[in-house]
Amino acid sequence: MKNQPPDTAGPAPDNHAAVVAELIAEHRDRPGALLPLLHAVQHALGHIPASAVPAIAAGLSLSRAEVHGVIGYYHHFRAQPAGRHVVQVCRAESCQACGGDALWNAAQQALGCEGGATRADGAVTLEPVYCLGLCAQSPAMQIDERVHARVTPEKLQRLVAAMEAGS
Amino acid sequence: MSAVKVYLPRDASALAVGADEVADALRLACQSRGAAIELVRNGSRGMAWLEPLLEVATPGGRIAYGPVAVEDIEGLLDAGCLQGAAHPLCLGPTEAIPYFARQQRVSFARVGVIDPLSLADYEAHGGWAGLRRALAIAEGTGGGAAIVQQVIDSGLRGRGGAGFPTGIKWKTVLGAAATQKYIVCNADEGDSGTFSDRMLMEGDPYTLIEGMVIAGLAVGATQGYVYIRSEYPHAFAAMNEAVARASAAGILGADVLGSGRRFELECRLGAGSYVCGEETALLESLEGKRGMVRAKPPLPALEGLFGQPTVINNVISFASVPMILADGPAAYQAFGVGRSRGTLPFQLAGNVRFGGLVELPFGATLRELVFGFGGGTRSGRRVKAIQVGGPLGSYVPESQWDLPLDYEAYAAVGAVLGHGGVVVHDDTADMAKLARYAMEFCAVESCGKCTPCRIGSTRGVEVIDRIVGGSSNRLQQVVLLRDLCDTMLHGSLCAMGGMTPYPVLSALDHYPADFGLAVPQKDAA
Repeated sequence: MKNQPPDTAGPAPDNHAAVVAELIAEHRDRPGALLPLLHAVQHALGHIPASAVPAIAAGLSLSRAEVHGVIGYYHHFRAQPAGRHVVQVCRAESCQACGGDALWNAAQQALGCEGGATRADGAVTLEPVYCLGLCAQSPAMQIDERVHARVTPEKLQRLVAAMEAGS
Repeated sequence: MSAVKVYLPRDASALAVGADEVADALRLACQSRGAAIELVRNGSRGMAWLEPLLEVATPGGRIAYGPVAVEDIEGLLDAGCLQGAAHPLCLGPTEAIPYFARQQRVSFARVGVIDPLSLADYEAHGGWAGLRRALAIAEGTGGGAAIVQQVIDSGLRGRGGAGFPTGIKWKTVLGAAATQKYIVCNADEGDSGTFSDRMLMEGDPYTLIEGMVIAGLAVGATQGYVYIRSEYPHAFAAMNEAVARASAAGILGADVLGSGRRFELECRLGAGSYVCGEETALLESLEGKRGMVRAKPPLPALEGLFGQPTVINNVISFASVPMILADGPAAYQAFGVGRSRGTLPFQLAGNVRFGGLVELPFGATLRELVFGFGGGTRSGRRVKAIQVGGPLGSYVPESQWDLPLDYEAYAAVGAVLGHGGVVVHDDTADMAKLARYAMEFCAVESCGKCTPCRIGSTRGVEVIDRIVGGSSNRLQQVVLLRDLCDTMLHGSLCAMGGMTPYPVLSALDHYPADFGLAVPQKDAA
């Protein structure tokens, strides 16, 4: 899940195939198995490596193009690993009405990371998100698994400092 | 001395302002003082500005304190909050707080009141009464059709936004012959400014389960899916746990409450696609495909999930059903106005002082909601525009704030109630920028199947840029924008492209000055 820290301590890349094979076996008989399987792969590996696509396609009797198309369609799925921390700032209307644009800019500055990108040191990925459902307390953001609302510039600084100290 | 029952929400809106830290501090402080408490992590009462809201059960009812920070705990305990004593943060009896007392909680009757995952608590607060009634009806001569008739009689209309009569949809599925039918809950609540589905799933998940089981009994479906957006991890976790507990208790499974009838339920996670909130795109996604919209017909009621007859309804639609069965359709029908019956959980969001969930019968006004409940803007500035019904809803200008909030009254002025989201903007809002954002959002989220949406949204961004950029032929560009919106409105496959013109045109019509256009006389904006 994007909402969880990517599992960088997870299996080494040469182990990916074994992990993916196990997950395919676990999910292949579910109706409409592809999304649950992709979630499981991303949860285990932090992303869905291109090398996993042929096995997933074969396991679910789909074409590689179909699997690739689904991974590319959904914002949530990653073909590349994210940073160790994922920071998401809401860019939707309710947060826009409460200084969301300023928060987005402040987050880019505080993290030293461009929106939509991963910082060069691999520590953090900053992404827009379109609504966390905390609209009565806008602006809202999420850092790894934790949601935060009524985020003032001061609160942002505190949260970022705590995150950087923890990493 | 027996333990004092204390409530502190686990709703994401409380977690987002430190409820877990407050809970830990409270437990520790009570432990060191030798004060025995039973801490219940309830849903939210929906008064978001008071979160984290601590409630203490006293002989005289539940007493509220909020918003509580970790630093407040020692002082609260010193003051005797466990006995409901006075303190600067004390708000008195929770249910006497005017914001709460002035609501009609029907689908949210238990949210914030009970322990969300306790089956005993659910049953003690009227849970499963609707399902038992439905089982009794299904056993009788009327069968499933008699359950469907109750829902038709209640006047319930789909709460996802389209407002289609729920019972009619069920009737179509009931009448379709198939060996397998499905019940699908659309919990892909992607609209900015809405959170009622999330709150219900986190605060009273068994209500949704009960509504879906009743739907299954009504139409003869044995399998249900709840499709929850990936941005709602807390709701997904709560629903999964609730499904597991309800299955273990024999409410879900091969023998629903010992009736011999089967109903299985599974929660599935979306993956960040806004258009999957459209029912046919959602079904595609559940089938493991790209969330591309299907052309209708065939209706999902006849050819839905995996090509089988499918009831697909919003969370709040299903959550309204148990009460309709338990208390009878007339009790539900008694709320509301005109052809909009029952209640709608409005969600007050954006730049508003007292944001939260306000469940009211149809017919209240926007002015009452935003000023009577919301207290105006949080910034203290003038309210400029209110977007009702999510990103695809119109910006409603002051001249329309006294219209009754009902489906028909809003449709008559080219607006929608949608899923009940109300987003307030103060006078610093740039309506041309918001109109551009609507087009941009559509371009990002379009599934790409139909041209008006896929191409029109990108052209829309460009045209708006030319208008606000001071193009020499600005008026021509406005004609072009209106023409483009007309094509999107009438030529798109679904509401994504078909309703993006609502925010765009309402911004243009009511706030022309923001587009650098002359303001026609007598325009309220």
